[in-house]
Amino acid sequence: MVVNCAEVWQQISNYLDGDLSAELRQAIENHVRGCKHCTAVLEGTRNVVRLYGDDRVIELPANFTQKWQQRLPLFIPSKGTAYGWLVAVAALAIVSGTFALGKATTSTVQALRSQHSEQAQKIPAAMMVEVAADGKTFHVPGCKFIHQSSDKVRLIAAADAMRAGYVPCVRCLREYLRR
Amino acid sequence: MLSLSTAPSPIPPPQNQREAALIRRTLQGDRDAFTELVKPYERRVYAAALALLRNEADAEDIAQEAIVKAFTHLHQFRAEAKFSTWLIQITINQARMRQRKNHANLYDSLDDTHDGEEDYVPREFADWRETPPETLERKEIRALLAQALASLGEKYRSVFVLRDIEQLSIEETAKALAISVANVKTRLLRARLMLRDILAPALRDGWPGHVPFQKGEKPW
Ligand SMILES: [Zn+2]
Ligand SMILES: [Zn+2]
Repeated sequence: MVVNCAEVWQQISNYLDGDLSAELRQAIENHVRGCKHCTAVLEGTRNVVRLYGDDRVIELPANFTQKWQQRLPLFIPSKGTAYGWLVAVAALAIVSGTFALGKATTSTVQALRSQHSEQAQKIPAAMMVEVAADGKTFHVPGCKFIHQSSDKVRLIAAADAMRAGYVPCVRCLREYLRR
Repeated sequence: MLSLSTAPSPIPPPQNQREAALIRRTLQGDRDAFTELVKPYERRVYAAALALLRNEADAEDIAQEAIVKAFTHLHQFRAEAKFSTWLIQITINQARMRQRKNHANLYDSLDDTHDGEEDYVPREFADWRETPPETLERKEIRALLAQALASLGEKYRSVFVLRDIEQLSIEETAKALAISVANVKTRLLRARLMLRDILAPALRDGWPGHVPFQKGEKPW
């Protein structure tokens, strides 16, 4: 098998990736050995692959690591078992006293809300949380109780979510809502 | 002299065992283990985001989001996969979601129409000897490489970054970008040849001379 310059250039990438038949590989090597141009193209392309494969090529923005570390939730969200969140809701109801008989629904919600905002102080401001466009609560990313398809969900900092009036999800953020 | 390929080993490399242990510790609540797990791939996460978004602020944002998502979804990670590939895949998904939101990228999308078959002819026959890796310690060399890469069209750049910087396989690259294997190969070949044409005159003596194109003007 004999190949010409154009055929060598066509196969250079496959050659460097080791993605060629033994026969074609041999034909290319035979050609390159006797061709100055193809040697230059092959060596140069190999340099490109080698240089860009080096991690130092990419420069990270300043403080990249610290930034995402601050954005991690302190706890990995629980799997969201029914038992788990019932316990959380019950605990919350007990501390806020909202299980008392005869209270109007609206004030219950109000009490829960203020309870939330008071306790939400423990949530790190930079932590990334998910909010749904038409939801009222914010969640740890991946919480099962976010009732939206993922393209309607935004990731924002917890502080911004609270400023925008969202309240923490009692299921995935319950670790922060405990006293 | 010219052999390059290495056969994949059937035994999982120690790196995978190390990562599996870090993943277990993270799932048990050890956040330092997660930092140790992600640190070696931070640059690749950022590069993947940058390859798709082009804009540094967006890329940083998406890279940060991807790492947070990897943390909160770590229980979904399957041990058969490579952690780095999984992390890069999350990054690509986040970046593509952002792309869809940015109208600016509407006309710069990664279409999978079959690429033209006209062959790319290398224009530069300069003999470029091996540039020693230590050269990368120099800021101007890194800047030169970044500038050359940024000058490629998006469809070439994204394939090149995923394959040659992220070290994904051809198949993984095709999957990540939702394009065919044939198109990955065509675009990769062209990206590598174009980069060689840009860089050979500047780096052939192991010393960057002038950048062979004017700002904002592409030779092709
Ligand atoms: Zn030739
Ligand atoms: Zn939730």
